[in-house]
Amino acid sequence: MEHLIELKDVYKIYQMGDETVHALDGVSLTIDQGEFVAIVGSSGSGKSTAMNIIGCLDVPTTGTYHLGGIDVSTMDDDQQAEIRNKMLGFIFQQYNLIPKLSVLENVELPLLYAGLDAAERRERAMSSLSRVGLRDKCKNLPSQLSGGQQQRVSIARALAGNPSVILADEPTGALDSRTGREVLSFLQKLNREGDTVVLITHDNSIAVRAKRIVRLQDGRIIYDGDARDPRAVVQPEELLGDDESGFDGADAGEGAAV
Amino acid sequence: MNFTQSFRLALKSLMTSKMRALLTMLGIIIGVGAVIVITSLGNGMQQMMNQQFEQLGANLLQVQIYNYGGLSSRTVSPDDMYALVDKYPQYLSGVSPYVMTQGVVREGSEEFTRTSIYGVSEFFYDARRNQAMSGETLAKGRFLSYIDVSRYQNVCVVGSYLEQNAFGGDALGKTLTIKGTPFTVIGVLAEKADNSEGSGDDVIFLPYGNAMRLNGTGSVDLYLFNSTSKEGSTTAKGIIENRLFQTYQDDNAYFVMSSAEMMDAMNTMMSTMMIVLVAIAAISLLVGGIGIMNIMLVSVTERTREIGIRKSLGAKRKDIRGQFIIEAGTTSAIGGLLGIGVGIALAQLAGGLIGGMMAAQMGGGATFSAVPTLGSIGIAFGVSVGIGVLFGYLPANKAARLNPIDALRYD
Repeated sequence: MEHLIELKDVYKIYQMGDETVHALDGVSLTIDQGEFVAIVGSSGSGKSTAMNIIGCLDVPTTGTYHLGGIDVSTMDDDQQAEIRNKMLGFIFQQYNLIPKLSVLENVELPLLYAGLDAAERRERAMSSLSRVGLRDKCKNLPSQLSGGQQQRVSIARALAGNPSVILADEPTGALDSRTGREVLSFLQKLNREGDTVVLITHDNSIAVRAKRIVRLQDGRIIYDGDARDPRAVVQPEELLGDDESGFDGADAGEGAAV
Repeated sequence: MNFTQSFRLALKSLMTSKMRALLTMLGIIIGVGAVIVITSLGNGMQQMMNQQFEQLGANLLQVQIYNYGGLSSRTVSPDDMYALVDKYPQYLSGVSPYVMTQGVVREGSEEFTRTSIYGVSEFFYDARRNQAMSGETLAKGRFLSYIDVSRYQNVCVVGSYLEQNAFGGDALGKTLTIKGTPFTVIGVLAEKADNSEGSGDDVIFLPYGNAMRLNGTGSVDLYLFNSTSKEGSTTAKGIIENRLFQTYQDDNAYFVMSSAEMMDAMNTMMSTMMIVLVAIAAISLLVGGIGIMNIMLVSVTERTREIGIRKSLGAKRKDIRGQFIIEAGTTSAIGGLLGIGVGIALAQLAGGLIGGMMAAQMGGGATFSAVPTLGSIGIAFGVSVGIGVLFGYLPANKAARLNPIDALRYD
């Protein structure tokens, strides 16, 4: 069976001054349709780079990335933009709504770039807003909504284009814990309804809400498995003594099977 | 596709920062306004000059003969010129000598020193059109006749200024003296200028033979011809030149000037002048364009995050580029519209002032109206939009090429 997301031996290498930084150091990862995966790691672990590559905002230095069977690792700017538009829905920590546009216009944006006509845009954006329960706020400006509501608008925007993958980058980072829990519940609900969700976070307590956890450290996967496995939430430092390569090889394969 | 949204966004951001928008547009407003004012005034001026030429008669040809101080024995007589008109009736419809005289005009104790005195023949006045070759019309009495001219009768036709000021409004049959010679007034001209001393209404026409006697010369230096049509005036000019060359064998001895040609030359000159002035005004448009580019670069930096968001949602380079170009174009288009408004208002104001001055100086026949042509408005608007698009391209391209990751992270 074809995987929805398939990264194979992905390296991302930056040159920072004299130093060569391996942001991703040979990452192989597969995610299937309908999964809820949390990519966890502390800062500098490479999780942001991983999210950029999975989100088609960046391309790997070497290695391949297939999204929905298409090789996107060698695409140029505009081709990537099209893939983002058709297959990916982003949810950001800072909501990233455009302040001058109304809630409805914000949700319509991905549909605008998809080239839909005005009537269809409106209809799909409204139904997307209904899913997050903000249909009645469609005329408001983002600044007139609470943080939780703004994040729900950004979820509605991510859903509007009917993407294959929903990519949430620290979606609760700017919210209080109660609203954060609501947002996570909503992501779980989306996943139950069949959406594929990839959650990027540094916070174990959030990561455990996913079904599967992929833990990154120094650009490598050090754990990939069921979120309920106690090893999934063990702090990386405690693992330092263990045989890393063993985890890498074994779990990369195991992850797909879970 | 996203034109309407980009357009509305551009309007929105202009409305939210009106001061900044106005300053950005100022260069365009001034440039477009200046172009409109210049073209309006230029058009008004050209129209007025053409009107005056038409009034003088677009068919008029002036023949100046340089006598070399009477050294040459070669000469053409008025009769030679009459013969020329008879020979080419399809091109020439009439000729009159035109002898200018200076001298004191007296009526009783009144003395007029600035009066223009011209000696002409009966052909100077076209009874059918009720118009003299230099545009005057007759108000009272009659013009000079063949008998007056051939018999050197001491009669004259006076302008309305003289009738008013020398004869108290009733000149017919009265007598005035020119350089001491008495002349009887047989006709009065209608008011042409503003009826003041030294103006086109302070004139006397008398038989050219009498004028030559007053001057003490024996030859005519200036002739006025009428061609049958404006189009035929170049041919008519050639005919006259040929005839004069026969006599003088030297094309420096005479000069033939056709009103139609002069009008063309004048129009060409005016157009050239207008182009030069518009080009100078266009420098302001250039400065305006640079202002727009500057503010667009600022706007791109301010909205880096927005660009990142749009890109993450699938905006391609051309979408972002289009958005910023539309924004720049909208800004300059609004500036252009404001400039057109300011320009028309200023042109009306200046036109009113200049029109009043002209009317006072040149007489009621000339009207001046500074109205911009629809074409110049259209071009001014088009150019202002074009400038926005042109100068918006660089900032827009900068925005389009932003890396989405860096743009999203930008604060």
